[in-house]
Parts: sequence; C-alpha cells; structure tokens
Amino acid sequence: MTNEELKTTITELIATAAFDETGEWLNVVVDPKEWLTLALQLQNHHSLYFDYLFCVTCIDWKTHLTMAYHLSSTSYRHNIVIKINLDREAPEVETVSHLWQTANFNEREAYEMFGVHFINHPDLRLLILPDGWEGRNPMRKDFEDPVNMIRL
Amino acid sequence: MVEEIGTTTEGDLIINVGPQHPATHGVLHLVITLNGETVKKVEPHLGYIHRSIEKMCESLTYRQFIYVTSRMDYLSSHINNHGCALCVEKGLQIEVPARAQVIRVIMDELTRIASHELWWGAMAMDIGAFTPFFHAFRERESINDIMEETCGARLTMNYMVPGGVMIDIHPNFQKKVKDFIAFYRTKMNESDELLTGNIIFQNRMKGVGLLSKEDAISFGCTGPTARGSGLNCDIRKLYPYEIYNSVTFEEVLETSGDSLARYMVRLREIKQSINIIEQLIDNIPEGDFQAKTKAVLKLPKGEFYSRVETARGEFGVYIVSEGGTTPYRIKFRSPGFANLSALDHMARGSKLGDLVAMMGTLDLVIPDIDR
Repeated sequence: MTNEELKTTITELIATAAFDETGEWLNVVVDPKEWLTLALQLQNHHSLYFDYLFCVTCIDWKTHLTMAYHLSSTSYRHNIVIKINLDREAPEVETVSHLWQTANFNEREAYEMFGVHFINHPDLRLLILPDGWEGRNPMRKDFEDPVNMIRL
Repeated sequence: MVEEIGTTTEGDLIINVGPQHPATHGVLHLVITLNGETVKKVEPHLGYIHRSIEKMCESLTYRQFIYVTSRMDYLSSHINNHGCALCVEKGLQIEVPARAQVIRVIMDELTRIASHELWWGAMAMDIGAFTPFFHAFRERESINDIMEETCGARLTMNYMVPGGVMIDIHPNFQKKVKDFIAFYRTKMNESDELLTGNIIFQNRMKGVGLLSKEDAISFGCTGPTARGSGLNCDIRKLYPYEIYNSVTFEEVLETSGDSLARYMVRLREIKQSINIIEQLIDNIPEGDFQAKTKAVLKLPKGEFYSRVETARGEFGVYIVSEGGTTPYRIKFRSPGFANLSALDHMARGSKLGDLVAMMGTLDLVIPDIDR
C-alpha cells in the first residue's frame, strides 16, 4: 500500500489519528488510550497486516516523551511509524508485547532508559541496568551522573 | 511436564551461565531454571558491556559518531559504519560516487565472510570440536590482513564515512582479494568435510532450537537466524542499497528452522558473498572515492532511518535531528538484541546441553546486544 492508501485505511480505523508525511514513511500520531485498539487492527487488518515490529524506541523532547514504533509487513512490504506522545512526569502506555513478542525486550529497555511504564507488561523489570537504578533514567536529556559518566 | 515449563516450582535448579563463561562469547549472563536437565526458562541479564553508545552519540558530530558504532558489532564493523553513513547521506542527500559504492560492497562482503568464519569456528568449539577454530581463524586472518592494508585497522575499521570511504583502496587490494578468493576456494569444502557431515555434529544440531517462521517474525529475528526458518528478510534483496540490485546473488533460505538450518544458511551465504566479490573486484570504476562534502555536516530537521544487512541481520539506524551538528536522538536497531529475545522461546523444554548449540547458532555478539 502507498502512504496515501495507508492514511485512508487508518483514518477509517482511528478517526482521531494525526498524520505526518514529511519523512520517508507515513507517521501516525495516536493518543495513548487508542494505541492498543490500533495495534490490534494494524496486526490483523486484512489489508494492513503489520506483523513485523522492527524498531521500538523513545524520544525525550524535554516537554514530553514520544514512543516510536516502526512497523513493517512481511506480506505487503509496506512500512509505517506510529508515534505516541506521553506525559513526561507519568508516562504510561499499554504494552504490545502480546502482539509482537519482540516488544517485550524493547519495552523493558524503554522502561529503564526513559521511565515509560507499560501497562500489563508481563515482566517489567530492569534488563540492561543493574539493580538499584529504578527511577533513574539515563537516556533522559536531563540525566546527569558524575560517577557513571555517559556523556562524551 | 509441559505445563510446568516457564514456571519455577520447588526442587527446580536455578543456574547462572555467565557473565564469564566460554560459551557465551562475552559477558552475557543467563539465569536458567532447570528441572533435572530440562530447561524451563532462560532469562538473559544484559548490560555487562553496556556503554550507552546511543547517549554518547548525542554529543558527537555526524562525522565523529561513526567511530563509536564500530564498537557495537565488532565483527562487522564495516557494515555498522555503512549503515550510519547511509543514514547521514540520506539526510543530506549526498550522492556517493560509483567507486565508493563498489568498494563499500566489497568490504561489506569480506566482512561477512570473516564474521561467518569466526562464527563457524567459535560455534564448533562451543559444541566440543576444537579443530575448526584454527581453520576458521586461518582464513579470517587473510581477510584481516587485507583490511589492515587499506583501512589501517583489523577490527574496528571506521573506514566508511558520509560521502564515501575514508581513503582509497591500497594498490595491492585487488590482487590480494583475488589471491584470497583463489586460496579460499580450495579451503571452502573443508568446513563440510570437517564438520557438516559429521554424524555427532548432525545429531547435536538437527531438531534443536526450533523456531517457526511466525515466531521469527514476531520476535523480530533477522539475518541467518530468520532465514533458517524460511523468512525472506535479506535487506540487500528487499531494500537494495548501494549497488546490490546490480549484482547477482541469491538469498539463502532454509525451511526447517532448527540449528542445522541456521548453520547451513551461514555456510551457503559465504559462497554468495564470494560470488558478489568476484563480480565486482575487476570492475571497480575509476573516479572519486568520496563525494565532496562540507566540513561541518548539519542534518536538516526531521527523522531518518536506514537499514543494512550485517552478518547477523538487519541493522537499523534511526536519527532524529533538530537541525544541529549532532543528532538529537539516535537509536541503533541491533539484530542481536532481537535474536536473543527468541532464545527463551527456543530453549524451553530442551536439554541444557542443547542450549549451547542454540546460542552458538544464534551468533550472538554481546556488545551488539548491549550497545
């Protein structure tokens, strides 16, 4: 599907979705509350069939956080980027680890690095950071640690 | 028995493999729940070599950050650099000269051979065969020598820069590569003679660590791991970059999804890489090896994503730019991270000894997973 067709189909599914077509792929901005509904549709809709989640990441914009999900379809070979803006003080979003199993590890990484809480995640624990780092999120822009220096 | 898998009950044994263990090839720490000899759960604990490369890159310029990426997947550093250079070129719309494109592809494929050779030796050593390791390293050394002559480094090359390659190839390069291929062709069947046909080896590999095609997609597996399960995922074929659409090679697929399938995919891929190099080595066009770029690179505001096929799978670079000289946020989608997440699923219900064979055929490189 082309970006235009994807746009039409997704508007039918989620009326409130906002689009950004400046990049290579279609960017869809959705409300965190609608993410799970959209995710189910993206994976199962007969003309979308996004079965391959190839990149999950978070961006700290200092005013808010943005979760970015890069999806691809192994049948149709189209790509899409879903973006969810989250409150920086209490970021919360539904997990999709039961839909795409790769999200399990990626969400754990976003949890420890950015402090995003994934609702209903089966195993939301630190993955990379050692014990005792809960609540300190090194990938956030305002993180400073003079002992464990991670800035060049 | 089956319903117990994935849980811990009284009498279960919990053992730690790593972070210092010869079979983990680095500092991977696995917490394994065992019932007798049956694996019930495998829990990777990462971060022993986490250097927060993504955060470091936020304070490095677009010329500097490529050097750090060589340290991620150190066995295919050329291809990491390549992915990063492609992403910057995409943002700045730099046209890479034909000569640089060909050199890049030859270097990528040499790296792939070297990486697969090292994997072959190390994997054989994991499951108890010591000799292949020496054979593999003999071949790999010749590639390292070729790299050293041109790039000045044997492991972390930092050779590909935005706009092309850093320096022109060494005058001996073409001859050396052709000599290597001639030498390699005489040694290529050694791997089959030494290991593949061995009945003990076959028994340790066949049916071990099954991964279905659906699970491979769901876990985000790529590279030889996913191609062993029959998934078309070669970025060189799906989203050709540089000159990959003008060379002939086939995407290697196996369908059985076990350790032997992943093993066969890598061995057959080496032959494809040799084919690609042979097509290109005599046809390196004359001209510039680097496009003319500004001294200070500034990516326009926006987001850029590039992907390349490393020896382990799909490597993605995601740059979020605010228009400055450094990336605002950079994310490396590393193939090893996704492949490792499938290990628990593959290992459940199998024997502890088989876990080593699974880890071996996943081709895990820990700095690539931790970043």
